[in-house]
Amino acid sequence: MSEQLVFAMEVTLNGLMAGVLYALVALGFVLIYKASGIFNYAQGVMALFAAMTLVGIMNGQVPFAHLINAIFGGHITHFGWNLPGFAAICLTVGVMVLLAWLVQVLVMRHLVGQEPIILFMATIGLAYFLEGVADLMWGSELKTLDVGLPQGINLWIDETTFQIFDYGFFIDNLDLVATVIAVLLVAGLVIFSQYTKQGRAMRAVADDHQAALSVGISLNFIWVLVWSLAGFVALVAGIVWGTKSGVQFSLSLIALKALPVLMLGGFTSIPGAIVGGLIIGVGEKLFEFLIGPMVGGATENWFAYVLALLFLVFRPQGLFGEKIIERV
Amino acid sequence: MFYREAGDFKTSYVADGQTFPIRFDRMRYYAVLAVAFGVIPFFITDYWANAILLPFLIYGIAAIGLNILVGYCGQVSLGTGGFMAVGAYGCYKLMTAFPEVSMIVHVLLSGGITAAVCVLFGLPSLRIKGFYLAVATLAAQFFLVWLFNRVPWFYNYSASGQISAPERHVMGVVITGPNAPAWATYLFCLLFLTGCALVARNLTRGTVGRSWMAIRDMDIAAEIIGVNPMKAKMTAFAVSGFFIGIAGALFFSVYLGAVEVGEAFGIQKSFLVLFMVIIGGLGSIFGSFAGAAFLVLLPVILKVVGVDVLGWPTDIVAHFQLVVVGALIVFFLIVEPHGLAQMWRVTKEKLRLWPFPH
Repeated sequence: MSEQLVFAMEVTLNGLMAGVLYALVALGFVLIYKASGIFNYAQGVMALFAAMTLVGIMNGQVPFAHLINAIFGGHITHFGWNLPGFAAICLTVGVMVLLAWLVQVLVMRHLVGQEPIILFMATIGLAYFLEGVADLMWGSELKTLDVGLPQGINLWIDETTFQIFDYGFFIDNLDLVATVIAVLLVAGLVIFSQYTKQGRAMRAVADDHQAALSVGISLNFIWVLVWSLAGFVALVAGIVWGTKSGVQFSLSLIALKALPVLMLGGFTSIPGAIVGGLIIGVGEKLFEFLIGPMVGGATENWFAYVLALLFLVFRPQGLFGEKIIERV
Repeated sequence: MFYREAGDFKTSYVADGQTFPIRFDRMRYYAVLAVAFGVIPFFITDYWANAILLPFLIYGIAAIGLNILVGYCGQVSLGTGGFMAVGAYGCYKLMTAFPEVSMIVHVLLSGGITAAVCVLFGLPSLRIKGFYLAVATLAAQFFLVWLFNRVPWFYNYSASGQISAPERHVMGVVITGPNAPAWATYLFCLLFLTGCALVARNLTRGTVGRSWMAIRDMDIAAEIIGVNPMKAKMTAFAVSGFFIGIAGALFFSVYLGAVEVGEAFGIQKSFLVLFMVIIGGLGSIFGSFAGAAFLVLLPVILKVVGVDVLGWPTDIVAHFQLVVVGALIVFFLIVEPHGLAQMWRVTKEKLRLWPFPH
């Protein structure tokens, strides 16, 4: 087998793994969009916020320490404890639920019935706000996140492929774990929305707000629930990405990576998010591998967007999206 | 009391069709122009020009451009940063290729180039709408920034990958480069802002502007009553691109002088201009000015209050700025989705009746 082909296979595998990570972020978008029609740009910043909160709680940092010191003098930094990963994750989930409730009460409740584009811009404002708050609370320096996920090259795959192709594939353990987590998460979400009472209520709200209200479903509760779920997905994405590349500002840019995934897969479809993520992950890695060197590299920044753009021209609702019907 | 149109009778079509039909508005407009052209250039200092006035004028042009697209035609664009980069690099290539031609021509030409690029990236708007389009324009943002970063022809093969503006003159006065006097750069930008505002004002109240607004309000209905959606959308993209290109060219050549594309024209810039348009008021020329002034002044004021008065470290103030801007966006969308311009309109209504409101 030729060397190029083996390289291409490795690139494809890594692309699939990256695609799973994109899909993980895209899932959070789809959840909120389906239930409330809000396209939540702040999803990436929520992942950043969740990861920073997790690190802060694990290390026992005092929130707003820097600000308190600046106003009152003094040198508070840490409470002086270290929490184990699991307890910290539980606490962070609590924080994300609180955040969801605040967003619903303070922002989204006042914007019910506005045009989608206004809601979209409100979430951009929310993203800025959250980013500032996260930096004020926990400081903006690069943090390392370690909740015990395995990292580094997977030796078994390396050896197996070396025996077959005479060339060992480099696959990161973390990517494998992330894939497993993503599959579990999707399965969990599907089970939740298909078989539990709250999940059914959520789907009812997504179908028709007024009809859902008339059979006694509380819209407020469902929306808080949806934002909490999105916060939970953001936390999972934040843990995986934070472990991979450290917790810092660039974590919030994964939202920008997830947007073309959504356009490709359709905003309303969970399978769409996954398939879109895989297509984009493989596509951009292969494009970078095959065409990238010819045009100067770093094509990953825009390839996904241009692919999604070209795709949309032929199918405006995305791969699995609901058909857009317009009436006057 | 202060603001009346009573007794303001028109006796000819020309008088009825002027840009500012109410006498008070007209007088105020002339007064503002007189102060801007006749008074400020004599008192301007380098600090005022670089910290407040130049960014305000340049962002004002960009905000008018984006407002035409978003506020008047309803096509949300997140590619402003990329289009400004097209203006900047177009201006740079023209400046270095034709050193003897006047800067005014260069800036106008780079606006034209940007208009063409903008129309190209606006083509998908014929098929996709709403925030699918908003996300699609991000493709322009990322692709253009990448292009200017990676293709050496655009930055004349310079070792650093940056572009820096050589010294150029307009009628014997240095306009670009470190030796340009503050009053000259100020007047140069002001000239373009005045021109753009006049053109925008007159376009938006004419046939073209009405067809934009028809498309914005409901595109299918507009198509049925005979508005050509392709023509309306493409003209909106072209005019908007022209203004944004001018803003980009001025931003690079007159204001910054040297530019690294990812830093100066990144996605943050797209959002910044979009926020100006939202806070100022969608679909209002005055709103574009108000939004630009607001977002240019806000960091300056926060810095003065936070760093100089309260003595906080600069990084805390920078984070606070994010919090304040984000909260303001949300606040404006909840309380007044039509922005500062609408607040001004309401004040005007109140003043008209004051002090006898009933």
